[in-house]
Amino acid sequence: MNPPNIISVTGLCNSFGDQVIHQDLDIEVRRGEILGVVGGSGTGKSVLMRSIIGLQKPDSGEIRVFDEGMIGKEEDQATDVRRRWGVLFQGGALFSTLTVAENVQVPLREFYPDFSRELLDEIARYKIFLSGLPPEAAHKYPSELSGGMRKRAGVARALAMDPELLFLDEPTAGLDPIGAAKFDSLTRDLKETLGLTVFLITHDLDTLYSICDRVAVLADRKVIAIGAIEELLAIDHPWINEYFSGPRGRAARRGHSDQSDTPRAKTQQLGRS
Amino acid sequence: MADAAEFTVEELPSGQVLRLSGTFVIASIGDVDRGLRDISGPICEIDISGVTHMDTVGAWLVHRTAKEHNAQITGCANDAGRLIDAVRGVDQAEVVPKPPISALYRFLAEVGGGVAVGITTLLQFLGFVGQVVKAFFSLLMNPHRFRWHAVVQHFDMVGVRALGIVGLMSFLIGIVIAQQGAVQLRQFGAEVFTINLIGRLTLRELGILMTAIMVAGRSGSAFAAQIGTMKITEEIDAMRTIGVVPVEALVVPRVIAAVVMMPLLGIFASLMSIIGGGLLCWIVLDIPPATFVQRLREVTPITDFWIGIIKAPVFGAIIAMAGCFQGMQVKGNAEQVGLRTTAAVVQAIFLVIVLDAFFAVFFSEIGWD
Repeated sequence: MNPPNIISVTGLCNSFGDQVIHQDLDIEVRRGEILGVVGGSGTGKSVLMRSIIGLQKPDSGEIRVFDEGMIGKEEDQATDVRRRWGVLFQGGALFSTLTVAENVQVPLREFYPDFSRELLDEIARYKIFLSGLPPEAAHKYPSELSGGMRKRAGVARALAMDPELLFLDEPTAGLDPIGAAKFDSLTRDLKETLGLTVFLITHDLDTLYSICDRVAVLADRKVIAIGAIEELLAIDHPWINEYFSGPRGRAARRGHSDQSDTPRAKTQQLGRS
Repeated sequence: MADAAEFTVEELPSGQVLRLSGTFVIASIGDVDRGLRDISGPICEIDISGVTHMDTVGAWLVHRTAKEHNAQITGCANDAGRLIDAVRGVDQAEVVPKPPISALYRFLAEVGGGVAVGITTLLQFLGFVGQVVKAFFSLLMNPHRFRWHAVVQHFDMVGVRALGIVGLMSFLIGIVIAQQGAVQLRQFGAEVFTINLIGRLTLRELGILMTAIMVAGRSGSAFAAQIGTMKITEEIDAMRTIGVVPVEALVVPRVIAAVVMMPLLGIFASLMSIIGGGLLCWIVLDIPPATFVQRLREVTPITDFWIGIIKAPVFGAIIAMAGCFQGMQVKGNAEQVGLRTTAAVVQAIFLVIVLDAFFAVFFSEIGWD
């Protein structure tokens, strides 16, 4: 019933014209984990995510999500799978003509037109608060929000359908360190409380150290390594060495080990952490 | 998810007990939601031991019902308890509802708002025209800052690329004028005056006016959309920080292109109209082209041509400035670009027609009729 791998990609090939992005790429995401995906710019992290969620048709390869083949699926069959995941795009991708609450209600209205207005409002309200936004934000338009709030609103919309799987594309890019740390703890809390599986594209080393269960490294057109960070550190690959042992990588590791020495009070309360 | 969500209310000596069973997930709770809202009696206990599967929406329903009746939740499985705790943690006070506003107040506010926006827009537009004129003169003083490249590019966009559509449109309008004129004037045996109609109407009014409407639709809208998009992507702010004056870089080249291209397009349009009209005269009225041209020269005063040529650059300037002005007014989101683009076209065509009426009276007064 519950396969251990929620996403499994095998032999994925993607190219734009002559430029080959992925060649025989394999990656697996296990149920209930936060998988961080890292790689230099242009290594195809976003293309990988777009392939998995069906926005980019790969040249070849197999993609299975929730143990269902995604390639060559009819649109209405794919919709059944789509409602089981939520996606946060880099800029939030909120619908600019709708308020935050209306944005959250869009997927609900689409799939459950018989929900009463009150229920829609209640769901939007608690999802917005769950994403760490103040209640007043519900009636604001995306252009009235800061970048960080827009991302949280994007998470609220991604969570609208109670997904089992959440895709996050560089959620902490462009946030200040405090906002980024809060976002990290939000991601972890959501995973722990709602039992989510998270596919997380990031450049942020702190995010990798603090919340990711495993990390996949994209380079040379494929996943060159996947595993917990300690395992990756043992691998001898120039890019991995440079990434994790460069000045920023060392700083993030130091910061993380300092933190784990002191007994850390774990935030139980959601959202407003 | 097979089984639906169900609930039963049981009377016990201690009070009413609500028993929930089935799957309480987003896909199954649509009807249960209404049912749970309608439960009247006070409930002292909610037993969820029969619930097989739950997500946050289901947990929300349980939590809401419990809160409403001040009831106790029993029979929580581990997961369900965790979810109910989670939604309890994020429950919050109702967002303050907006105070109701009376219809009269809203109507007055709307009218007042509309008037205020109209006046400020007019003032802003005048200010904008002033800015453009100022930028134009400052470019005259510093010609090295002038963007020839942009001007030539806009010549191409506004003028050359419009030739096809403007030509076809004018040709067809020429045919329509000639055809209608021929039908009406034939009743008086005065078909030959069709030529007067074609020559004078085209050169004096329609050639330029229709071209202006076409340019407003093609280029005025494009100006508004281009500048509006640049506004949203902060390109205009970037220009300012670099030290480039946006009006000089973006608006002046567009206005110059429209001012130069409008008369040329107008002449071309008039010519195409005359060709279309002449063709119809030849086919329907049996007036050979040579006679048509000779007669045209006799009946059309050269002042008609000058009137068209004088109006065209003014229309061009109005169209370009309305487009650029609306583009510059864009704030916030992508929808604004669409609204402002529409506004640019409407404003440009409206202003062109108003000015055309002024010109018509003016030229008649000075005796050019």
